[in-house]
Amino acid sequence: MALKDIKARIDSTKKTMQITKAMEMVSAAKLNRAEQNAKSFGPYVDKIQEVVGSIASGSNAKHSMLLTRPVKKTGYFVVTADRGLAGAYNSNILRHVYRTIQERHKSADEYALIVIGKVGVNFFKSRKMSILDSITGVADQPSFAEIKAIASKAVGLYADGTFDELYMYYNHFVSAIQSDLTEKKLLPLTDIAATKSKSSYEYEPSEDEILEVLLPQYAESLIYGALLDAKAAEHASRMTAMRNATDNANELIGQLNLSYNRERQAAITQEITEIVGGVAALE
Amino acid sequence: MKTIQVSVVTPDGPVFEGNAKMVSAKAKSGELGILPGHIPLVAPLTISAVRVHDVDGKTQYVAVSGGFIEVRPEKVTILAEAAEIAGDIEVDRARAAKERAEQRLASNKQDNLDAARAEFALKRAMNRIDIATKR
Repeated sequence: MALKDIKARIDSTKKTMQITKAMEMVSAAKLNRAEQNAKSFGPYVDKIQEVVGSIASGSNAKHSMLLTRPVKKTGYFVVTADRGLAGAYNSNILRHVYRTIQERHKSADEYALIVIGKVGVNFFKSRKMSILDSITGVADQPSFAEIKAIASKAVGLYADGTFDELYMYYNHFVSAIQSDLTEKKLLPLTDIAATKSKSSYEYEPSEDEILEVLLPQYAESLIYGALLDAKAAEHASRMTAMRNATDNANELIGQLNLSYNRERQAAITQEITEIVGGVAALE
Repeated sequence: MKTIQVSVVTPDGPVFEGNAKMVSAKAKSGELGILPGHIPLVAPLTISAVRVHDVDGKTQYVAVSGGFIEVRPEKVTILAEAAEIAGDIEVDRARAAKERAEQRLASNKQDNLDAARAEFALKRAMNRIDIATKR
């Protein structure tokens, strides 16, 4: 390679590195915020879980959201990102969901998809799988109001019998370098832990009517919680991906610098040999 | 004097924490007044104002969009999908939301679900405007 070409490659790699470095830092900041959001959501979901648990365990209240019914159609709620450049974040989920659907269902009538994120929407569209509902362009720090519409729609579709169970797929944030693909059965709410409540409540007006309000609110909050979790995982995995890219760029620049210097030295040596040869010829 | 701990929690984080000598809220079945030492109770709330009467005799208004109230002898927790302290309400935004909801209500009478949602939004907006004027 000519000297000039190597120089150009070094420059362009340096510029790419600047970008990946900036993206890494941005994602790190967003990850911090996302973790905080997840933390401030904690008290809400803990409390609601406690109350739901104490009602569900302390009574024989039967609500359609608590009962398992024969499954004719399954709903899948898939959380992906709007953009790529996040390592295996999107592909992990999408591959898993796709495989699961292929395994479990023979025809397209047996399942329904609800998708968050552009990457997921494009993935299913290109495979000609119909999407029941989707949202894209969710903010990096989503507020509950943003998610409310799709969450209550998902819960509503279960209530009106469009599907008989609802699974949710998202990446669970473990640490900055690890996130776990999570499959969670959202509806019916079968895994409500029978919490040992400290106090047995009076219900005003009745248990059934409280469940009517409480269970949809609970299911929606679970969806929101999963989304916050997924957002944290997204930022973490983008941060890691960008750090790897920066490291790779650094390594590449090192190699290119080496070959640049070698090439330059070779050129100098050759020039000297030529001069020496020329002088020797004159003598 | 006996007081009761009050917290209003939403998915976006806690909105209000404090002590009170009495809390009044509007449940679906009617007005509730809660004093310290109340028996444990759970009740769904309507879109309304929760009034927290604190020890100095002042009253704090908190706008809640439904949700429910959980009462224990020493603590009241209100879990709502959205809640705002009267002082934090942006009246302009609430007005805009009200107009939007009214327009939507006027434009589609057929679609029941949409109409119900718009009506809900209208109620919330009016509640917020109402409470904002009380601060």
